[in-house]
Amino acid sequence: MFRLEARTSTPAWFNLALPLIAIAATLILCSGLIAIAGAGVIEAYGVMLSASLGDSYAITETLVRAAPMIFTGLAVAIAFRAKFWNIGAEGQLLAGAVASCFVGAIPMPGTLAMLLMALAGATAGALVALVPATLRVKFKVDDVVSSLLLNSVIYYALMALIEGPWKDTFSGYPISPPIEDSANFPVLIEGTRLHLGVIVALIAAPLCWFLIARTTLGFRIRVTGENPEAARYGGINVQRVLLSTALLSGALAGLAGVGEVGGVHFQVMSDISPGYGYSGIVVAMLARLNPLGVVPAAIFLAAVMTGAEAMSRATGVPAFLSDVIQGTALLAMLVALLFTAYRIRRVGAQT
Amino acid sequence: MSAPLIEMRGITKSFGAVKANEAVDLSVTPGEILGLLGENGAGKTTLMNVLFGAYAPDAGEILVEGRPVAIHNSADALAAGIGMVHQHFHLAPRLTVLENLLIGIPGKSGRIDRARGLARLTEISRQYGLSLDPNLPVSALSVGEQQRLEIIKALFRGAKLLILDEPTAVLAPSEVDGLFAALRSMAAQGLGIIFISHKLNEVRALTHRCVVLRHGKVAGRVDHPAETTSAEMARLMCGHEIVPPVKEASTPGAAVLTLDGISTAGHAGTPLRDVSLSVRAGEILGIAGVSGNGQRALADVISGMLPPGAGAMTIAGKTVKQFSPRELQALGLGRIPEDRMTTGLVTNLPLADSMVLPRIGTEAFSRKGLLNPAAIRAFAEAQIKAYDIRCPGPMVRAGALSGGNLQKALLARELAFDPKVLIVSQPTRGLDIGAARFIHEKFLAMRARGCGIIVIGEDLEELLMLSDRIAVMYEGRIAGTLPSADATVARLGLMMTGAGQTEEAA
Ligand SMILES: Nc1ncnc2c1ncn2[C@@H]1O[C@H](COP(=O)(O)OP(=O)(O)OP(=O)(O)O)[C@@H](O)[C@H]1O
Ligand SMILES: [Mg+2]
Repeated sequence: MFRLEARTSTPAWFNLALPLIAIAATLILCSGLIAIAGAGVIEAYGVMLSASLGDSYAITETLVRAAPMIFTGLAVAIAFRAKFWNIGAEGQLLAGAVASCFVGAIPMPGTLAMLLMALAGATAGALVALVPATLRVKFKVDDVVSSLLLNSVIYYALMALIEGPWKDTFSGYPISPPIEDSANFPVLIEGTRLHLGVIVALIAAPLCWFLIARTTLGFRIRVTGENPEAARYGGINVQRVLLSTALLSGALAGLAGVGEVGGVHFQVMSDISPGYGYSGIVVAMLARLNPLGVVPAAIFLAAVMTGAEAMSRATGVPAFLSDVIQGTALLAMLVALLFTAYRIRRVGAQT
Repeated sequence: MSAPLIEMRGITKSFGAVKANEAVDLSVTPGEILGLLGENGAGKTTLMNVLFGAYAPDAGEILVEGRPVAIHNSADALAAGIGMVHQHFHLAPRLTVLENLLIGIPGKSGRIDRARGLARLTEISRQYGLSLDPNLPVSALSVGEQQRLEIIKALFRGAKLLILDEPTAVLAPSEVDGLFAALRSMAAQGLGIIFISHKLNEVRALTHRCVVLRHGKVAGRVDHPAETTSAEMARLMCGHEIVPPVKEASTPGAAVLTLDGISTAGHAGTPLRDVSLSVRAGEILGIAGVSGNGQRALADVISGMLPPGAGAMTIAGKTVKQFSPRELQALGLGRIPEDRMTTGLVTNLPLADSMVLPRIGTEAFSRKGLLNPAAIRAFAEAQIKAYDIRCPGPMVRAGALSGGNLQKALLARELAFDPKVLIVSQPTRGLDIGAARFIHEKFLAMRARGCGIIVIGEDLEELLMLSDRIAVMYEGRIAGTLPSADATVARLGLMMTGAGQTEEAA
């Protein structure tokens, strides 16, 4: 028989091992589904691996996909540190995409356009995140619900825009006009889609780590998240910290949208984000809310996404497996987190 | 003597390098009240957690009525007849008294059997003189009543041995008598009781036998506590004599803190009504009163947690404008909160973080928004050394420290900045007499250096020993102020009930 027993301390290696264990558990659990779909498990995972990380082109594709999830993962990680439950990264991403598309369509020098796009996108995301944070601070409205519901509001606003004023009059498709060519983010490696935004995402992660670990704002975010009462007693303006966290988190999620517009799609359409905002939650949890962990976690999910498409083509397993893997990874991680507080003990024969 | 109800043999439990318990033997017979004593961090709570199944011991065995049992969790412990009242209660605040008792107790066919529960509650209440209204929600109970509910809960589940971890630390002196009467009645009816307390006079009054722990080991046993002196017990606990500190005469200077007509409204608890008082440099002002008479609001106003509705406050001659913690700190106020765990510290973060928390934005620990980790660490290390805070180091989770060490950490973080005024609530609650003595000495040293100190407390003897003057609070007002030379426990007690009004205005 086995029992859960409270841990008195958590070994340090555990923090690193945990996400790896969760990922291994996920792959084992999902292999059952692959088998049911009638494909060889090893073969299917093999195709996934080679299609996502097998050669340099595949790697660049995976990185391009990882970039938005690095941003949304950072957005969620920072928000959750302060216990601001931002489930709205998806809406903030869309707002950032729309705002940057707006700016990118105005003719101006390329560098200026890119800077203004980033600024506009980050601002739009931040303003969207400010809504649930303000509701919570002023009226004690639950931020999980309000930030989640806001996603639909933003999504339908975007739809209204591309079905209405932005609709392509020529083709009749619900897509926005493209941004100026000069505003397209430069491609870093000829023949790939690896764009400047990916590098910005990779730089953002250590910057966010620095912010959390080494600045007074980061200190206040951590303390507010862990014990708002002690924070207030210690002279921290808890409400202001929550609002700042929301702005920061929303801005990061907004940048995810900027990268998609400036570096990948060059316009806005209804499926500009295949749920990168929600994936950000999985990424942040796998990273244990550590900004440095966000990068590998986002790359893992991106590899699953690119790999799943190739696997589907090669083996006939539906590409939806990618969504299942994501969901399972989140659940596995949540279960794994239980083991930071508890351990399983084998209970011998009772006397 | 009859056969032991429970017996612990050779219990050893380590946390990393810390040996919290080492080869501890202990037994309780039916009808016996056993006192468990020891300095902060001696391992009392750990030992009881082992008995209650929260921790698995590294070595040793537990026998219940002579038979070895394996206790892996609280359910096992309860099945073996062991009940525990923790210092932090485990109650569901929105449920009623009766519902809390019935949690986890299946009735017939899985449904909850209210009628039988009520009958059992009435029986227990009558048997041990522990009455509670079964239909009140827990959130409406006072701390003392919640504790009574925890005791009833343990008895309800058939406990034959009741463990109480510092039950009197959260009680007002008047509530202690009621608790003791109930415990004596339980013992008289054959239950075994383990009682943990740092208050030696309580231990001497209540217990039949004592076990003293020091550094995790049994340092001594006392067979007739009533016939021993507190000094003797203290020597067993600490390994040396504890002499009360000497209070030198001092000539107070100018007022460093004044409250003028402060009133509050719109918060939980008793509001303040027209409170005026002052503390001078080099003076200790004690605030006595039955808890719930506005002490909480007074502490909150002075420490910047509650802006008053009316009235004025000055610190070192400057008028307080915003009543924010930051402003007050800048004016030279040091604050030590009543509740270390919820208000004082961030238990999940490193100790060093809690120690620098109130001053993180100052030059000492950061510059232009960037933290100075080396300075933070150095500060924490220096204070750990200066105040003998027992812990593995500044990066340990604050929650892993024992109560006395947490209190020292909070004291250190304020005193390091040489405050002009210091406000403290219940400064030695839960502390062993050595640690309490250390803190008293620090206060007196601050007083000698010209700091004005307000001590809010319920322990009248402590207040009389520390204070130069004592103000009594009653129903949100200052009922009177006495020089401590004129004050006695009896006289203060009378004033605390609202009788016997004042002379000198504060
Ligand atoms: N969960 C834990 N993890 C690490 N160390 C612990 C833990 N619990 C207790 N300790 C350590 O074990 C020792 C004994 O602690 P314990 O809480 O049993 O002391 P205590 O006698 O109850 O003290 P107090 O009178 O302050 O309540 C202390 O050094 C403490 O720091
Ligand atoms: Mg204890």
